[in-house]
Amino acid sequence: MSQTPIDPHSPWQQMVARFQKDKIGMLAAGFAGFVLIVAVVVGICSCFGLYFPHDPNQTDLERKLLPPNWVNWLGTDNLGRDVLSRILQGAWISLSVGFIAVSVSLLIGVFVGAVSGWVGGWLDNLLMRIVDAIMCFPSFFLILTVVALVGPNIWNIVVVIGLVSWTGTARLVRAEFLTLREMEFVRAARSIGQRGWVIAFRHVLPNAAAPIFVTAVLGVPDAILAEAGLSYLGFGVQPPQATWGNIITDGKVYILDAWWLILFPGVAIFLTALSFYLLGDALRRAADTRAERK
Amino acid sequence: MTAFILRRLSIAVLLLFAISLISFFIVTLTPGSPYPWGELNPKISEDVKRAFREKFHLDEPLHKQYFLIMQDLFSGKLRSIKDERSVLDKIAERLPATLALNAVSLLLSLSFGLLLGIYAARYYGRLPDIATSVLAFAFIALPGFWVSYLVAIGFSHLAGAPVLGLSSFGVVFPSTLSRLLDFFWHIAVPAWVLAIGGIAAQSRFLRATMVEALREDYIRTARAKGLSEQIILFKHALRNSLRPLITGIGLLLPAMVSGSVIVESIFAYPGIGRLGYEAVLERDYPTLVALNFIVAVLVLLGNLVSDILYAIVDPRVRLE
Repeated sequence: MSQTPIDPHSPWQQMVARFQKDKIGMLAAGFAGFVLIVAVVVGICSCFGLYFPHDPNQTDLERKLLPPNWVNWLGTDNLGRDVLSRILQGAWISLSVGFIAVSVSLLIGVFVGAVSGWVGGWLDNLLMRIVDAIMCFPSFFLILTVVALVGPNIWNIVVVIGLVSWTGTARLVRAEFLTLREMEFVRAARSIGQRGWVIAFRHVLPNAAAPIFVTAVLGVPDAILAEAGLSYLGFGVQPPQATWGNIITDGKVYILDAWWLILFPGVAIFLTALSFYLLGDALRRAADTRAERK
Repeated sequence: MTAFILRRLSIAVLLLFAISLISFFIVTLTPGSPYPWGELNPKISEDVKRAFREKFHLDEPLHKQYFLIMQDLFSGKLRSIKDERSVLDKIAERLPATLALNAVSLLLSLSFGLLLGIYAARYYGRLPDIATSVLAFAFIALPGFWVSYLVAIGFSHLAGAPVLGLSSFGVVFPSTLSRLLDFFWHIAVPAWVLAIGGIAAQSRFLRATMVEALREDYIRTARAKGLSEQIILFKHALRNSLRPLITGIGLLLPAMVSGSVIVESIFAYPGIGRLGYEAVLERDYPTLVALNFIVAVLVLLGNLVSDILYAIVDPRVRLE
C-alpha cells in the first residue's frame, strides 16, 4: 500500500490554486470581471442620472447615423443617440438579465434536483420524467411562445428564461446527490440523529457547490444570448431601454449604411458570452479532481 | 432487447402525455387575454368573443378544455385563427423544408464536429487542443441572428449565393437534378449558420470521450504492439467513442429547432420555425399549441430512436 501525501489545503483552496495556473481561465475571468464591474458602475450611475459619455436616450436628429468620431466614439444611431452610451447601458441590462435568469433557474434546479436525488423512489421518477418532457421542447421556441403571450418586459423575460432552463441543473444536482448520499459523512450525520432535510441542505448541498457554481457561470451567457435572440424577433426588453440585442435589431435596417450599429453591440455580446463560457470551462477543469491523478 | 424496447416505449407514452399537458398549459395558463385582438378592443362585439370562446372551448373547465383541444388536434379540427386552415395541414406543409434544413445541418455538425474533436483529442492538452476548444466556445458564443446577418450579406455579395427562400424564383428547371441542385444551393448558407453551434457542441462531446478512450488499457496495448498512431486513433479510440455521439444527436435536435426559428425568419425559409414566429406575432393560439406539441413529439421520437440504437451497439445499456 502506497502512502498518499495529505494536502493541507482545503478542496476549495486546491481548486483556486489549479484555476490560477489556467492562463485562458484567468484571462476570461479578467474580461468577465471587467464587463461585470463596468455594468454595475453604469447601473448605479444611471440610478442617479449620471451617464457616460452621453445620455443613452438623448436623441439628436442633426447628428444621426454618424460613423465613429471624436464626440461619439462608436458613432450614432438613426435617432442620433450615442452608440457607446447605449452599449454601456445595454451591458447593465443584458448582464442583469443573465444573472437574474440564472438565479431563478438555480433556485428551481437545485431544489428539484436535491429533492429528487435525496428522496429517490417514485418522487425521483416523477420529477425526472417531468425534466425529460421539458427537455423535449426546443427551449428558445418555448421561451418565445410564453414571452409573447405574457408580454415582453424585463421581469417576464427573466422569469420565463429561468423557468425553462433549470432542467440541466436539476439533473446535475440529482446526480451529485445520488453519489454524495452514500458517503460516510452522511451516515455519520444520521448516526448523531440529524434530520434528513438538515443533512441534505446543510451537509450534502455544500459538497455539490463546485459543479453548481460551474453551471451557473455557463448559464449566464446562455440567458444573455436568449435575450438577444428574443430582441431580434421583437420580444426582448423593449426600447427605449437599451440591450445589446435591441441595439442590433434597431440598427439592422441600416446594415449597409451604418455598419457600426451592428458590429459593436454584436462584438460586445460575443466577447462577453465567450469570456463567461471560457471561465465556466476553466472552473470545471479546476473543480475536476480526477484530472490531477491521471 | 424486446423488454428494453417495451420499457422505453412505455416511458415514451408517459412523456407524450406530459408533453401534451405542458404544451396545452403554457398557452392557456399564461396570464393575459386569450383573444388575439386584446381584451378591450371596442371594435370586437360580444358575439364574436362568444363565438371565439365556444370554438376553443374556453368556457369549459380546464381539464375538459385540455381533452377537447387534444381531440380537435388529433382529428385535424383544430384550425388556425389567422386563416381558418387546419393547423395539422399548415404544419405538414412546412415540415419537410425544416427537416431537410436540419438534416443537412446535422450532417455538417456531425462531420466537422467529429474532425475537430478527433484533432483536439489527438493533441490533448497542447496548443491545437486549446485552440480548438476556444474556437468551439467562440462558435457557441456567437449570437445566431447577428452571424446570420453578416453571413447573408457576405455570401450574397461575394459568392452570389441565394439567401432567400427555397428555390430560384420564376425559373423553369429542365430536370429534377437541376431543381435539386438549386435547392441545395439555397439551403447551403442557412444550413451552415445553423450548424455552427452543432459543430462546436459535437466537437466538445467527441473530444471528451476520445480523451477518455485514449487513456484505456487497450490503447496502451495497441501502442505496445507498435501500431501506427493513425490506426490507434481511428480504429481503436474513435470506434469506442462513437457510441455517446448517438446520444449527442438526441440532445442536438431541440437546439436545432430553436435555431431554426431565427435562421428561418432571417433567410425567409418556409419551414416550421418561421411558421412558429408568424404564429407568435399573430397570437395564433391553436397553431402555437400544435407546434410546440408536434416539435416536442418529434424530439421525443428522435430520442427514442437514439436510445434504441445505443442499446443495439452497446448491449450493457439494455440491463440498466
